[in-house]
Amino acid sequence: MSATEIVCRARRSTARRHIAVVTGLGLAVVGAFLVRVLLGDFTVTFPDLVRILAGAQIPGATFIVLETKLPRAVLGVLVGAAFGLGGAIFQTTLRNALASPDVIGVSMGASAAAVFAIVTLGLQGAAVSGFAIAGALGVSLVVRLVAGSHGGYRIVLVGVGCAAFLTSVVQYLFTRANIYDAQAALVWLTGSLARANWELIGQLTLTLVVLLPLVWWFAGALRLTELGTDTATALGSGPRRTDVLLLLAVLLVSVGVAAAGPVSFTGFLAGPIARALNGGRTTLVGSMLTGALIVTSGDYLGAYLVPDLNLPVGVVTGACGAPFLLWLLATGRATRSTS
Amino acid sequence: MTAISTTRQSTRGSSAGRLAAHDLTLGYDERVVVDHVTTQLPDGQVTVIVGANACGKSTLLRGMARLLKPRGGEVLLDGKSIHGIPTKEVARALGLLPQNPIAPEGVTVIDLVGRGRTPHQGRFQRWSAQDEAAVTRALQATDTLGLADRVVDELSGGQRQRVWIAMALAQETDLLLLDEPTTYLDVAHQVEVLDLLRDLNASQGTTIVMVLHELNLAARYADHLIAMRDGRISSAGAPAEVITRQGVREVFGMDCRVIQDPVSDTPMVVPVGRHQPTTPRSTNRSAHLVEVSNHGGTA
Repeated sequence: MSATEIVCRARRSTARRHIAVVTGLGLAVVGAFLVRVLLGDFTVTFPDLVRILAGAQIPGATFIVLETKLPRAVLGVLVGAAFGLGGAIFQTTLRNALASPDVIGVSMGASAAAVFAIVTLGLQGAAVSGFAIAGALGVSLVVRLVAGSHGGYRIVLVGVGCAAFLTSVVQYLFTRANIYDAQAALVWLTGSLARANWELIGQLTLTLVVLLPLVWWFAGALRLTELGTDTATALGSGPRRTDVLLLLAVLLVSVGVAAAGPVSFTGFLAGPIARALNGGRTTLVGSMLTGALIVTSGDYLGAYLVPDLNLPVGVVTGACGAPFLLWLLATGRATRSTS
Repeated sequence: MTAISTTRQSTRGSSAGRLAAHDLTLGYDERVVVDHVTTQLPDGQVTVIVGANACGKSTLLRGMARLLKPRGGEVLLDGKSIHGIPTKEVARALGLLPQNPIAPEGVTVIDLVGRGRTPHQGRFQRWSAQDEAAVTRALQATDTLGLADRVVDELSGGQRQRVWIAMALAQETDLLLLDEPTTYLDVAHQVEVLDLLRDLNASQGTTIVMVLHELNLAARYADHLIAMRDGRISSAGAPAEVITRQGVREVFGMDCRVIQDPVSDTPMVVPVGRHQPTTPRSTNRSAHLVEVSNHGGTA
């Protein structure tokens, strides 16, 4: 075998693995999506679903599918993808599995701002979403400024501190809230697909259509960022590209939170799971699909796992994420140290 | 500068350099680490920077590779301030291997070495036949072709270091800067890596600049030696001019004898220290050990 053949073959084998992982995850997302739409307390057959989508009016079924089941599944996929991608960008850029937006206070910033808007300012609807996005951006900026440019470890510490502070702000706001506002604000704390409707989905789709190509454009820099600041600079990648990428990740997470609340630990779980499937290598597409899979299947489990108990998806993902967080800390796998 | 003459002339008599520092001051936070340094790195030669711990040698190297913004003065690449040149353009002329490069989890050798091609790639046309050829050459030069599909984390220290050098080679720059490329390697692998860099210098004419800890290896592999002390260049020139008894005392504050390296005829430093056997060395190993410990007891 000639030298060029060896190089070609070695290059292809990792690419093939990645394609296999992405294909597998893609099929799993389609599967979870169909389960969410077809099964549950009101079952719809697949042929019926096709007919409904084609415009047929089936009494009962059409309404339930188009107004609750389908929007919930679609929103789950979109929000999960946004969280998965945003989380993986954070973890890869900062080279720390703990540095995901839901651990370092970015999601909490969005929640706190939304709760503030509802409880103190009495706002509703799009204005609250705007506050959520502004809150996420604000917290990221504060974390970045306080932590300085020293990388992942300090950002995690400062971020966890900020998250704790914001939690107490939220708790204070709740003590001041009337019962109706508190009910509305609760969604911003747990994360739930219950608010799913086509208008919300339309807004989120539009934002993702703008953000995803930008992420693709800047994500090439991640291949160098992963090598550490010195090597990345030596290979001609400026620090500004990674800052832009982090900003895009914050936007992804904040529009996700604005649509469904902080579905706890989705961003935190998606990256490492996709990575483990891909032989330890970073895969943004894989992380995105894993996020979608987590939220869609988590929503289904939350709704039907325990009879007569309808759990929001955030409760399910939180329950899965917490043990994973402990496992990461206990095995010391959180940070990638020097080689 | 004291007793040592600060000749910039090197063995090969060249002093022209594409990369130069002019009145360069570098530091971290409040601390000044490199203090008004002016130097030129001779083209097509192997330059080694030596000095005691914390003398600023790594910082100078990082500064020359535009990893640190100067406090004062500037680094010149082809006569232009390096910070004024687009970073990707610099990356096509100057490569740097940091002291502790980070291998991403699960990354394969071929993938890592391929990333060295980034400065030559456009945004849309991502992998070309030239990239393929350059990576193949880099793997062959470092004897890592057989490791191409292996995961970097699983390699031995010596193999890993060769892979990192392969990545820097794939960048195909005329200037290659290396920050202690032999740390964590045993002596056999140290020599192997340094031989590899010398080969590269001989075959491609690559200008090599590196920081080394081991004085005797530095003296053997360098054309041009820069000795630093307290953030300044204390002497620079051919190894024979820099490595003298006086020079070593100046830079390391250590008394030594300088003899001729029996293999390469380059200067070789033998530290004096406080403990030597008092009687001539015996060929009997155990007797020798007894001597040393007796001496230690009475000293």
